[in-house]
Amino acid sequence: MTESEISQPNYLQVKKGLFSWIFTLDHKRIGLLYLYSVGAFFLVGVALGVLMRLELLNPGRDIIEAQTYNQVFTLHGVIMIFLFIIPSIPAVFGNFFLPIMLGTDDVAFPKLNLMSWWLYVVGALFALSTLVFGDGPADTGWTFYAPYSVKTGTNVSLSVLAAFILGFSSILTGLNFIVTIHRLRAPGMGFNDMPLFSWALYATSWIQLLATPIIGITLLMIVAERILGIGLFDPSIGGDPILYQHLFWIYSHPAVYIMALPAMGIVSEIIPTFAQRTIFGYKAIAYSSMAIAFVGYFVWGHHMFTSGMSGPAAYIFSILTFFVAIPTSIKVFNWLATLYKGSINIQVPLLFAVGFIFNFLIGGLTGLVNGALAADVHLHDTYFVVGHFHYVMFGGTGFAFFGALHYWYPKMWGKMYNRTVANLAFAILFIGFNMLYFPMFILGIMGMPRRYYDYLPEFHTFNQISTYGSWILVTGLLLMVYNLIKGYFSKPVSEPNPWNGITLEWQTKSPPPLHNFDKAPELVKGGPYNYPNAING
Amino acid sequence: MNASNFVEGVDFSLYLILGISVFFLVGITVVMIYFLFRYRKKNNPVATNIPHNTYLEIIWTVIPTILVLIMFWYGWMGYKPMLTAPDDAMEIEAIGQMWKWSFKYPDGKTSDSLVIPINKPIKLKLISKDVLHALYIPAFRVKQDVVPGKDYMMWFTGQKLGTYDILCAEYCGQLHSYMLSTVSVVESNDFDKWLVSTPDTSSEHPGLTLLKKNACLSCHTRDGSKLVGPSFKNLLGKTEIVIKDGKEEEITVDREYIITKIKNPKSSVVDGYQAGLMTPYDGILSDEDINNIIEYIESLK
Repeated sequence: MTESEISQPNYLQVKKGLFSWIFTLDHKRIGLLYLYSVGAFFLVGVALGVLMRLELLNPGRDIIEAQTYNQVFTLHGVIMIFLFIIPSIPAVFGNFFLPIMLGTDDVAFPKLNLMSWWLYVVGALFALSTLVFGDGPADTGWTFYAPYSVKTGTNVSLSVLAAFILGFSSILTGLNFIVTIHRLRAPGMGFNDMPLFSWALYATSWIQLLATPIIGITLLMIVAERILGIGLFDPSIGGDPILYQHLFWIYSHPAVYIMALPAMGIVSEIIPTFAQRTIFGYKAIAYSSMAIAFVGYFVWGHHMFTSGMSGPAAYIFSILTFFVAIPTSIKVFNWLATLYKGSINIQVPLLFAVGFIFNFLIGGLTGLVNGALAADVHLHDTYFVVGHFHYVMFGGTGFAFFGALHYWYPKMWGKMYNRTVANLAFAILFIGFNMLYFPMFILGIMGMPRRYYDYLPEFHTFNQISTYGSWILVTGLLLMVYNLIKGYFSKPVSEPNPWNGITLEWQTKSPPPLHNFDKAPELVKGGPYNYPNAING
Repeated sequence: MNASNFVEGVDFSLYLILGISVFFLVGITVVMIYFLFRYRKKNNPVATNIPHNTYLEIIWTVIPTILVLIMFWYGWMGYKPMLTAPDDAMEIEAIGQMWKWSFKYPDGKTSDSLVIPINKPIKLKLISKDVLHALYIPAFRVKQDVVPGKDYMMWFTGQKLGTYDILCAEYCGQLHSYMLSTVSVVESNDFDKWLVSTPDTSSEHPGLTLLKKNACLSCHTRDGSKLVGPSFKNLLGKTEIVIKDGKEEEITVDREYIITKIKNPKSSVVDGYQAGLMTPYDGILSDEDINNIIEYIESLK
């Protein structure tokens, strides 16, 4: 250690105490606040999911009543979508790493950044308050489809207000990142010198900023209809339920890319590091993120092929949906080509990235089936769709999130987890995941609708396999969490760059100092994946 | 022979895309695993930087574009015929309400399950009395949302004798997964016979027939057990706490109360039950119907 390193405390040492965290303006600490909050809600969501799988082990009642089951799947959806996956990668790793990757000392608006975490906390409290106030948590599904959401006596108003507040948190994060990327790049760093994770966040942020207000106003319309009786969506008082579906999906489909794009960004960071070579097709990957974000605005109608749609609307939405597949497949081929002639160091972050590609391929390819009009008529609202989006959200984004956690763990805390246990946890998780969700495709093709508390006897076998898979998955998850927590209490690692990372964030100390770099970082020639490490000198 | 005229188009688009998908999934996975071993550090200590390759990138943009256009085309081809029913189709009303399907034939016959003649196009006029439902016949590969306030239809031709499940595929509340029925495809002379037959309800109390027909029994039991609404057993003369205009009130269930609740369920709600779920039957049930129902409820002691 040199003297200057001792004299500069890292961001974790600067101040101590609870208030130094919950009122911090440091983007790295805010990233960690998000990590602990989304991590906690993820585990709650998992517990609810396991409960649902237990109930579905056998036909008929196993452990909970129909009404409870309906509330459980609604809460599972609300927590996983609004409290875990939408904030997950951008709010945790985006906050922590975007300024470092841009070679700057913080996001553009640190106070707004803190406020967006606080809004997240308030929104989360609203969502949880539905458990104790009124007639229990909403039983509508996370989609809050009208007119049922207008008629039911459960706590729909509080749930949608929670989503409304969480929406603001998301908008502010998006706004902050856009301004940061435009204004705070290190001197000399052009857009095409940014790492691909920054590009992915840039595309995501535009969706957060432009699409989220639509869900905000739509959810307020639900509240207005419930409390004031204004006929907006309920036909018995003059509203239109299809209007609700359009408004809902105009946000909620682009929101799928809020969830998926940052995950693709993570994979685009992990693969070059562990292949020890520059990314293949930098521009293609960067611009395909923007293309997905753009086309993603115009495909919402594919959620409504059986809602009563005119022929031209149906084929336009269908063909646009297929266009999303093109930039997505370009990314997959580029990742594959990045492994070609690399010098591959197989470590757990790379396993998660490879696991991501496999799961995400299944998620994406089954999405093509849903995008085809005829096939979708049969599969819409069946377990096929449940399998499809869990492969994208959990097998894709979830795995990328875990990959990022293992990848940047030594950077964030200057510690290391047990690598053998981490590999084992990954293997269990991967097997459990596929055993849990793959049978859902078969159930869907057989015709089992989703949101079913009870099912016909012919669906029994695959539901059983799926439930057994959930137990394996949870074992892997708990082992992973245990290993990560245990690693936190281990001895600090001495090297700042244990993976021989080739990107800018590995050029500073681990953990980074408060202002990220001790002196202004020097940019290298040859792109963002060309920084020196112990191997390439 | 397929169960319906749409099976072929739907299954072709489904299995075509699944086939292409399996090919790419297996291919990409195999290549990925091969690279992981072939180019691991031990086998390849020094990486070669290849920033990009224009030819390769054009190839893997053009091929997926062609493939997805093919997929789109067969999806559209299988879907297009679903949009227009043939002129000679037999029209049947399909009525969805929380948690029961019923079917009304042109001559007025109603039935809880659908019976159709083989090889005859059937056009279902879809009517919802309350919230969203979706009429789904997996064996026929057809599904259409049933939306209150909209005149939607779906059509199909049953091509194989047999009985197939009808499911509700759009979440509609507590007993969504129990909103089941069947469609039976029968020979046309059997259908004609069935159409003129009347189910033997002579031994049944007319009040019970009305309760069955109007989906009352989906929520109210006859044996005292609690479902979505209070049970009919021992109902008359019972004292209940109801919530009316936000205030609790103790009432005794009498004829007047039942009539009010059938016509305007929102007027009050029994403590412990959810408000807002029941359809108002004002204008659907006549005074005589309601009398019959009350008479039947009185008999449930």
